[in-house]
Amino acid sequence: MGRVEGKVAFVTGAARGQGRSHAVRLAQEGADIIAVDLASQIDSVPYAMATPADLEQTVKEVEALDRRIVATQADVRDYDALKAALDDGVAQLGRLDIVSANAGIFTEGRADELPEQTWQDMIDVNLTGVWHTVKAAIPHLKAGGRGGSIVITSSTAGLAGFENFAHYVSAKHGVVGLMRTLALELAADSIRVNTVHPTSVNTDMIQNQMTYSLFAPDLPEAERTKENLAPRFQGMNALPIPWVEPVDISNAVLFLASDEARYITGVQLPVDAGFSAK
Amino acid sequence: MTGRVEGKVAFITGAARGQGRSHAVRLAQEGADIIAVDVCADIPGAPYAGATEEDLAQTVKEVEALDRRIVAMKADVRDFDALKAAVDDGVAQLGRLDIVSANAGISTQMATADQLDEAAWRDMIDINLTGVWHTAKAAIGHLKAGGRGGSIILTSSEAGIRGYQNIAHYVSAKHGVVGLMRTLALELAPDRIRVNSIHPTQVDTPMIQNQATYSLFTGRDDATKDDFAEASSKVIALPIPWVEPVDISNALLWLASDEARYVTGVPLPVDGGNFLL
Repeated sequence: MGRVEGKVAFVTGAARGQGRSHAVRLAQEGADIIAVDLASQIDSVPYAMATPADLEQTVKEVEALDRRIVATQADVRDYDALKAALDDGVAQLGRLDIVSANAGIFTEGRADELPEQTWQDMIDVNLTGVWHTVKAAIPHLKAGGRGGSIVITSSTAGLAGFENFAHYVSAKHGVVGLMRTLALELAADSIRVNTVHPTSVNTDMIQNQMTYSLFAPDLPEAERTKENLAPRFQGMNALPIPWVEPVDISNAVLFLASDEARYITGVQLPVDAGFSAK
Repeated sequence: MTGRVEGKVAFITGAARGQGRSHAVRLAQEGADIIAVDVCADIPGAPYAGATEEDLAQTVKEVEALDRRIVAMKADVRDFDALKAAVDDGVAQLGRLDIVSANAGISTQMATADQLDEAAWRDMIDINLTGVWHTAKAAIGHLKAGGRGGSIILTSSEAGIRGYQNIAHYVSAKHGVVGLMRTLALELAPDRIRVNSIHPTQVDTPMIQNQATYSLFTGRDDATKDDFAEASSKVIALPIPWVEPVDISNALLWLASDEARYVTGVPLPVDGGNFLL
């Protein structure tokens, strides 16, 4: 018997990276999945974002586990589209129990130099997108009458400040405030709300030249390789690793989503290799 | 199906009953062998009876019923040499050490800080703080020798992240444990030994189900369990009066397992949202 057997999980940003990993891990433990992803580019984001083919791959991997999945291309900035996608998923799969507000972007720039649009896109996706996600989900969770678990993906940047991405840090701190408020507003319905705070995760969002430039402004671009950068990433962590894998975040999401965490709410859970203990 | 801590060995203090027994059983269900210690004695000034040797024998029975091995010994966490001898013996018999649950703890005199007895303060710090250090100190050598990393889980409390009137000694010890956890996490990270603390709200065990705790929560000498349940539920956001030992065990199991292989230095509340209120 799976640890989330028979439950239905809504995962945003599910086309690849952590979102796909969450969908697959929850499906391995018995959940059906409602997956959304923008599966398109945002102009202020310099790395290639997910594609419809990526989202199709997530569908394939969940179906290979004999679980059902309803996948829709939808933008967390567009509340109506997000709500329509979720409503459709719940109509098809019959219930909603778990929400993973995972969709996020990463860009960079010093606070006094960030273009208006770069700031705005970040807040719209990484903060307002999370609010849209839970806003669309809460009526379904309440209607089920069985409680539920909302897991919001924050970051170590939701625990501490970092130079060169004030917009990201602001958004990731913002979701902590949202989590704490939701935990109080939804406790009476036994709906739990928690955040996970990953250190660097081995995905396309950090394995790209823009992020490498933040870690190695002193190196010529040709030398900014994954291998050369690993020790610098590792310098942020206490454990002797440069980054964690998507499945490590999925295992935390799974624990928080499962009934084993039935009385855990309002908690910030770092999966950060000791970053915040340093 | 392979258990989530299959083949590992866990050292648990305060294992005779309550949360400690629950941890032993839950880890055994998921494939671990157990080294269990408990003082098996009354604690002077505690408003409830201490665990007994029969309690510890019951833990042994429940673990063995799961076809796991257990080495159980009477030992006091205040006595480092005795505690070390117990762990050493357990590791000699079971062959390795992977998981440490520093769970042993007491609740004693309740009074404002200026009224606490010297002895009550000292016993509290000796057991709930120094005992945790002794537990880690006795275990670290074995964890390092294994060369496979490890997971140390310190049982703190809601009182490790906020103050409470009338139990300054308990609050001080449980906050102290967080400092110890953060330092150990840094010191042991190069060996991939992870160290985290758990912060339960009220747990349904003999340590809180007693008249002194009922009175502490209600301010009334004649308060009943129902009165306590009502008062306790007011400090918890979820609609519950307390959590069960297995809820703490499930958090401990997750932290002990390889699913949390990169989680260290974390204070993890299992408190129904108590912290937010």
